[in-house]
Amino acid sequence: MSGYLSSAMGISWRYLHNLYTRPSMFIPSLLFPLFFLAAFAGGLSAVGDSPNFDYYDFTAFQFCFVLLQASALAGVFAGFSIAGDFEQGMGRRMMLATRHRSAIVLGYAIGAAARLGVTWVVITGVALLGGMQVSGGGLDLAGMYSLALLSNVAALLFSAGIALRFRSLQAGPLMQMPVFIILFLAPVYVPQALLTGWIEPVASVNPLTALLNAARSLMAGEPTGILAAYAVAFLMILLFGLWAISGLRRAEAAG
Amino acid sequence: MAGRSVVRLVRQPAAVVPSVIFPLFLLAVNTGGLNTATQIPGFPTDSYITFALGFTFIQAAIFSTMNAGQALAQDIENGFFSRLVLTPMRPSALMAGQLAGLVMLGQMQALLYIAVGYATGAEFEAGLAGIVVLAVLVSIISVGFGGIGLIMALRTGSGEAVQGMFPLMFVLLFFSSMALPRDLIEQDWFRFLATINPVSYLIEAIRSLMITGWDPEALGLGFGIAIVLAVVTITIAAFSLRGRMLKK
Repeated sequence: MSGYLSSAMGISWRYLHNLYTRPSMFIPSLLFPLFFLAAFAGGLSAVGDSPNFDYYDFTAFQFCFVLLQASALAGVFAGFSIAGDFEQGMGRRMMLATRHRSAIVLGYAIGAAARLGVTWVVITGVALLGGMQVSGGGLDLAGMYSLALLSNVAALLFSAGIALRFRSLQAGPLMQMPVFIILFLAPVYVPQALLTGWIEPVASVNPLTALLNAARSLMAGEPTGILAAYAVAFLMILLFGLWAISGLRRAEAAG
Repeated sequence: MAGRSVVRLVRQPAAVVPSVIFPLFLLAVNTGGLNTATQIPGFPTDSYITFALGFTFIQAAIFSTMNAGQALAQDIENGFFSRLVLTPMRPSALMAGQLAGLVMLGQMQALLYIAVGYATGAEFEAGLAGIVVLAVLVSIISVGFGGIGLIMALRTGSGEAVQGMFPLMFVLLFFSSMALPRDLIEQDWFRFLATINPVSYLIEAIRSLMITGWDPEALGLGFGIAIVLAVVTITIAAFSLRGRMLKK
């Protein structure tokens, strides 16, 4: 077990070392959520004044979306690294060096989660500087961040499944686009009750909607739908975990 | 060269389809999500799709920047450009050829977006003449942004560098009056950015054709900025082309 964990920790350390020694890799992933926070919370704040928009603070409303988005995309970016490592042959060496190869995926997952800490600190700090009001208590906020962490793990496992199947960075759009699309098919700009047209039924069946609504309710200090959100998150992790493991088998079979 | 540019676009749907589909996706998401914004006092129309449709044309034109630059960068990377330099072809013909496919794509996108707009209930206050004006404006904007792609391709000779412009283009789009009219943007800093962002005026020119009909100020600003953008970028691209030809 200690060998398994030390393999995973070694891979995560390597991932983080590569990430933070190359500004061209980590700065864009840090700027991307900040850009969305500024564009949505800044440019659309008047939307918070529209009738029946019953959320206490528009910046906090958008922050919850950006938090989930940044967390999920951090998982996707880790998927890019898996694909890049396999494309350059490093993945094969990792497979030779680890007895239980699921430690490779675990290593990237630990790295992605660790990288997320920096992203959270930056976007939370910027949002607070921008005047975001926090209504939820410590436990509520812990719940909100844990939902973001679970979305990160789910996105990482989804991306890992693709990366291990294609073992090429050319599969990048296949990892990024579905996550990007599913995020935007949730109630991004207004509460779910105010959605109109085709997006209303789509958002109601989108699993990300449960996470986003729960995160916003926790931020407001009025938790609702929390159990459902955790159930959805763990179900996604289970399904994408199986997807990632089967991808690993494919990579092993490919040699 | 123009024929080659058009044929290359037609034969590479993977390069073209995202720049056509992505703006429609964002239009659909924004319209569904932001329809509530039409209830804000002072919002210029009660149909958000009418308001948002203008942004779609600009978004598509900006995305096609990458198509133009990518195509030329590919020619440079695979050596085709070096062979062209050996021919007696004039540099201006080379650039016009590269931009021809882009203008054609812009027109096809404009037709598609107008059709989608009509099908989903958007209004077009300026009527048929307005559609002609829109087509001309979209062509000039396509040339202007295409020029940026050409400059990047000629200066760097790298497709990756051209793709690297994507985030900058995204910033230009989002920090504009794309989602709300400028006078309804509450945050001063954002309204300031939207006001100094030329993309706002391009969007507002197209939007005016749909919402107001004929607004000389909005159209004047839109056409003026589009023409200046096209002239400046094509001039810089011509100098960059000359520089790259001398290097070869």
